[in-house]
Amino acid sequence: MRYSAYSIFKQALSGNRLWTPAWREPEPKPHYDVIIVGGGGHGLSTAYYLAKEFGITNVAVVEKGYIGSGNVGRNTTIIRSNYLLEGNNPFYEFSLKLWEGIEKDFNYNAMVSQRGIINLFHSDGQRDEYARRGNGMRMHGVYAELLDREQVRRMMPYLNFDHARFPIMGGLYQKRGGTVRHDAVAWGYARGADQRGVDIIQHCEVTGIRRENGVVTGVETTKGFIGCNKLALAAAGNTTTVGRMADLELPIETHVLQAFVSEGLKPVIDHVITYGAGHFYISQSDKGGLVFGAEIDFYSSYAQRGNLQTVEHTMEEGVSLIPGLSRAKVLRSWGGVMDMSMDGSPIIDRTPVDNLYLNCGWCYGGFKATPASGFCFAHLIARNETHHVSRFMRLDRFERGYTIDEAGKGPQPNLH
Amino acid sequence: MASLITCPHCGARPKEEFSVRGAAMPARPSPMAKDEAWHAYVYIRDNPKGRYQEYWHHAAGCRRWLVVDRDNLTHDVFGVTDAADFVQARGIE
Ligand SMILES: Cc1cc2nc3c(=O)[nH]c(=O)nc-3n(C[C@H](O)[C@H](O)[C@H](O)COP(=O)(O)OP(=O)(O)OC[C@H]3O[C@@H](n4cnc5c(N)ncnc54)[C@H](O)[C@@H]3O)c2cc1C
Ligand SMILES: [Zn+2]
Repeated sequence: MRYSAYSIFKQALSGNRLWTPAWREPEPKPHYDVIIVGGGGHGLSTAYYLAKEFGITNVAVVEKGYIGSGNVGRNTTIIRSNYLLEGNNPFYEFSLKLWEGIEKDFNYNAMVSQRGIINLFHSDGQRDEYARRGNGMRMHGVYAELLDREQVRRMMPYLNFDHARFPIMGGLYQKRGGTVRHDAVAWGYARGADQRGVDIIQHCEVTGIRRENGVVTGVETTKGFIGCNKLALAAAGNTTTVGRMADLELPIETHVLQAFVSEGLKPVIDHVITYGAGHFYISQSDKGGLVFGAEIDFYSSYAQRGNLQTVEHTMEEGVSLIPGLSRAKVLRSWGGVMDMSMDGSPIIDRTPVDNLYLNCGWCYGGFKATPASGFCFAHLIARNETHHVSRFMRLDRFERGYTIDEAGKGPQPNLH
Repeated sequence: MASLITCPHCGARPKEEFSVRGAAMPARPSPMAKDEAWHAYVYIRDNPKGRYQEYWHHAAGCRRWLVVDRDNLTHDVFGVTDAADFVQARGIE
């Protein structure tokens, strides 16, 4: 069924009784051309673009929980392309361009909202650094503006401008940044892929990767063996666990990041704001809840829950930036486990096993990448060729000395 | 993660006093080791789910480097040793 104003009208007349499920729940077939492990944003978008752009429809997405139960349904929904480095900027800009047309493309309301993102700066040195990043963006053809303190004050009068330690001096503004309804992204891609013949197999955990003569022949799962010609991994925080099934040695550490949402409030925060004196970021959902988060918990963790120390720290940062936040009540908080890479940048590449493909290392910035990641990964799987915007995201870049260290933090994953 | 860490020098202390460096399992190769060994040490991580040894710094206490032996799924802490003792026990350097 195609969704449209007309379909809503028609369904309303029949009492909304005739809506059909957005995707099927098939049993696995014995064999597929491509199996994708992980029904998160990246796995689903990969399946969608494989079917839509590259004509490969005999595809299964195998997900151990339900789709959207991983990070794609746990993130703070921020999208942007305000990156400095050559290895990153054109990729994230490609992603932002795909976001701009995504709803028409997959015929699903993902509530893409280009409300603008502002990175605040609080010292001369930080202003220079942000100016450099803005210039880097503009040299890549991506518009950015450096706002001074008064321009920021007109847009966001509720911020703590006269903070004794971290006064707000201005911000780097990307107007086209914003937010997207994260679950709808998973659902939209799932529905689009399903309509083109992709099987989305939920509650099916991959427990082993079968190899014969050095190539993958299929996966062992809780629903039995499923054969494939090509296997693609998009398991985010569980990348190491799945990769080990094929003896991959990976530059990945798993960490937990928490997120928070307040009670619903009237519209107050119109943009996405990031605090340059900490790592706090905030926006307001269309329902009215303030959605925010800050740093990871810093210790390795496979548990989808965090520590109270980080909760307290996040609240302190928030109130330091927006004193009025102290009056809002937090409704919920949760954690997601992420694949932190050793340089803070992702990997979309082949592996030492010929027909095994790898998509990982998204750290806590992989939601914005969902469309481009799926597109480039599908390109790689279908044609065995790297898409040009993801050509720096190689698995061997660490040993070759070509890390993409956007934050300049070195090989310490919990700092990226 | 536990909210109290028992430092071998200072006793049970709130987690806020510590900062985390990262995995303590990779053993530092000799200076003359091959590039492959250094690449593995600097960049490759076993990243197991379960038992994990991690370097923690008691930044707001004795300022010693420690190794916290714990489970990264259940968050049980099995023990905390001084990093010097940990390295000696492993028999490197
Ligand atoms: C709290 C939080 C906030 C974030 N905020 C942002 C943000 O504002 N902006 C941004 O760009 N990014 C953000 N991120 C990062 C982003 O959410 C992730 O990088 C991205 O979602 C990861 O890709 P994914 O959607 O495919 O992952 P996931 O949704 O985690 O998908 C991986 C899937 O693989 C499945 N899987 C794992 N092992 C197996 C197995 N053996 N068999 C079958 N299936 C398996 C999992 O169940 C999971 O569903 C945030 C992350 C978190 C946790
Ligand atoms: Zn101590």
